[in-house]
Amino acid sequence: MASFELQVNGKKHQVEAEPDTPLLWILREHLDLPGTKFGCGIAQCGACTIHFNGTAIRSCATTVSSAVGASITTIEGLSEKGDHPVQQAWKKLDVPQCGYCQSGQIMSAAALLKQNPTPSDEEIEGAMNGNICRCGTYVRIKAAIKSAASEMN
Amino acid sequence: MTLIKTSYNRRSFLKASTAAGGGLMLGFSWLASCSPSKEKLITMPDSWFDINAFIKIGENGVVTIFSPNPEIGQNVKTSMPMIVAEELDVDWEYVIVEQAPLNTVDFQRQVAGGSNSIRSSWDALRMAGATARRMLMEAAAKEWDVPVTELTTEKGVIKHASGKTIGYGEVSSVAATLEVPAEVEVKDIKDFKIIGKPTGNVDIDKIITGKPLFGLDYKEDGMLIAMLVHAPAFGMTLKSFEAEAAKSMPGIVDVISVKTAPDEKTWSDNNAFTEIVAVVGKTTWQVMKAKKSLSIEWEWASAPESSYDHEKKLADSLKEPVAKPERIDGNPEKAFKEAAKVVERTYTAPFLAHNTMEPMNFFANVTADKAELTGPIQTPENLRKSAASLLGLPEEKVSVMMTRMGGGFGRRLYGNFGLEAAAISQKVNAPIKLVYTREDDMTQGLYRPAYAVKYRAALDKDNNLIGFHVKGTGIHGSAVYANRFPAGAVNNYLAESVGVDSSITTGAWRAPRSNFISGVESAFLDEVAEEAGVDPIEFRLKLFERNMKDPVGEKNDYVAERYAGVLKLVREKSNWGTETPGVFRGVSAYFCHNSYVAQVVDLVKENGTPKVKKVWCAVDCGIVVNPEGAKNQVEGSIVDGIGHGMFSSITFKDGTAEQQNFDKYRLIRHSEAPDEIETFFVESDIHPTGLGEPALPPVVGALANALYKATGKRVYSQPFAQKDIVLG
Repeated sequence: MASFELQVNGKKHQVEAEPDTPLLWILREHLDLPGTKFGCGIAQCGACTIHFNGTAIRSCATTVSSAVGASITTIEGLSEKGDHPVQQAWKKLDVPQCGYCQSGQIMSAAALLKQNPTPSDEEIEGAMNGNICRCGTYVRIKAAIKSAASEMN
Repeated sequence: MTLIKTSYNRRSFLKASTAAGGGLMLGFSWLASCSPSKEKLITMPDSWFDINAFIKIGENGVVTIFSPNPEIGQNVKTSMPMIVAEELDVDWEYVIVEQAPLNTVDFQRQVAGGSNSIRSSWDALRMAGATARRMLMEAAAKEWDVPVTELTTEKGVIKHASGKTIGYGEVSSVAATLEVPAEVEVKDIKDFKIIGKPTGNVDIDKIITGKPLFGLDYKEDGMLIAMLVHAPAFGMTLKSFEAEAAKSMPGIVDVISVKTAPDEKTWSDNNAFTEIVAVVGKTTWQVMKAKKSLSIEWEWASAPESSYDHEKKLADSLKEPVAKPERIDGNPEKAFKEAAKVVERTYTAPFLAHNTMEPMNFFANVTADKAELTGPIQTPENLRKSAASLLGLPEEKVSVMMTRMGGGFGRRLYGNFGLEAAAISQKVNAPIKLVYTREDDMTQGLYRPAYAVKYRAALDKDNNLIGFHVKGTGIHGSAVYANRFPAGAVNNYLAESVGVDSSITTGAWRAPRSNFISGVESAFLDEVAEEAGVDPIEFRLKLFERNMKDPVGEKNDYVAERYAGVLKLVREKSNWGTETPGVFRGVSAYFCHNSYVAQVVDLVKENGTPKVKKVWCAVDCGIVVNPEGAKNQVEGSIVDGIGHGMFSSITFKDGTAEQQNFDKYRLIRHSEAPDEIETFFVESDIHPTGLGEPALPPVVGALANALYKATGKRVYSQPFAQKDIVLG
């Protein structure tokens, strides 16, 4: 066990955990932020996507010890009132089916639009290919990303 | 208005009131805190009055509707309450939806499966709303001392002929005490205001902000985490295990083995691994690490199986004579003997894992005299029965609460994980949440069966289809539906089924059997039509016409007019028959879950690989309750069908699945999904039929037919992308 100071959603947190604990489980079980989901544990499905210094990363393959000093944002902290343009687009287009993968999808989409406000179809596919949606809402996700992009520009 | 008899009695209503206001409500504080969405700005009432098991109304007119069935992404948590709200005649903006717990007294068929939630509960949901509306009107009639026949309702307000009005909330306390009427009126379909209107997912705000909704998010004070190890291969059982090292690891509370087969089984208790080793500890990561340090010995109880053996056994089984065909019309043997042309093709498909994005998990708190089970389950009633049997408790002492599920696809019809959680909790005497890793999940079994089918078609010299023969096999069972098309449209018809036994467990996977047979039938008919020199849509329409005029046999599951209807609709919408350079088209149609679907796939070549550009889809599923949710289901089914037909498979070596996580098991991803899906619903006043599944099966056939157009080669074995697809 060791103590780590983390910066999550704009707040400082002190957590006691083993250094190799994936950030995913720290968020879900130590910080009570269950919006970040467990899907595969090997960075293949994207359900655990968070922002790490503004970049979309897989929290299941990032250890707590490597997160010290980084600015971490989860779905719970993407916007104060749940009204980030990507979240609004998801609602407008009624994207989710089961909903389980969607926080990861939203985090990947928000990171993409921050970096590239007018992505092409190919760029959307490239940025989102690491996020699996088993319900197959891909067509709506792409439409929602385009809708959010046009709102933001 | 249509008058219907209610099936409620006073007793069941009283029970419902207790259930909705008493002990069973406890779990709700976490599951569906009554916080309305921010935009609705609903003021919560001071008191709630239980009108019936589905409905409670606050003194200020806010309405809570309980959604009875499990939500797996098929959106019944929105569409079922919409039906209640329609007949209750309330403003949807003032409706709060909560998930109901398992309650077999007041609700019927609380199952997510068979695309059956809406179709089996349509009448009950309407009745619940209409009965409550009537009781509220009677309360107002009493208040005003006027005959109830002088009252009308609109959006939660009761109006008298004189012009005075009163809100539902103001009479809800009185309405809750009234006798349940023996008969109530339901609306004419043409008067629907909520049904048929695109309506957003009731959980959308929680989903997009990451609120706890799913089983894996569930927690209670003092809860421990459990993970399990099941045998590493089908055919193996537990011999012994050594747990001292694991027990001394940080956070670990216990390492145990448990048996999980109940004495009294339901069909949900299909499980190859009924003795497991479980690690219980404080956090998931600690338990995950300890699990890896276990040393367990397993022994073979039956011979190890590999995919090579499976393929051979399936092929051999298709050569076996069948003593009793599933259906025989006319004289197929003679037809094939006299045929001018015979087309014969064999198709195969592999095992598939369900791979819900949320891995299996369940919460259990088992004490000496009761058990509380909470989590993602498609069959809560079966779980309660089996858990009671396993734990040695009376059924009424076992409660089951459903969480929103991160996908179902049939996997959560089989509640082994719920029983495992219950057995672990009982043995360690603590509340626990069982969590599967992806690998635990993908290797547990209950796969879509591996299938093979042989088709034969006999054409006469004028290219009329005079004989049809289908023979199916699989591990386990066959995918043949003997009374589906083209049965009933061909004079000489033979349907036969065989099967292969195996230690590998298989089960229902989204659109069971149809998910295979539809695609291969569509591919085969395409080839037969080509052999006959006829357009594949024309070829089918002619057979439907035959069935309409002079059906063969007595028992045909489909209505040819509706089947032909969706084909004609998709033909018109897609401009079938027009050629676009670089676009390769395939068509398919299928009937399952009482719904009809026809699809056209437009395939293009992108960087040398085939890519579905657009799918056109025509659906006849009766009344569409929520057009937005319905479209979403169709789109998802199409992506699901294309993905699994193209990319996915589970193969075996020495009894072990060779794909255990998403690095080896290939699921469709963003770049492989169609650019566009356009869906057209047939306008209908037929009561709603299934929609969670029917749009999946046919797309595999339309895809196969489009691939043929693009490559010049027919594909017979799924997944299509297992070998290099050569583009012509």
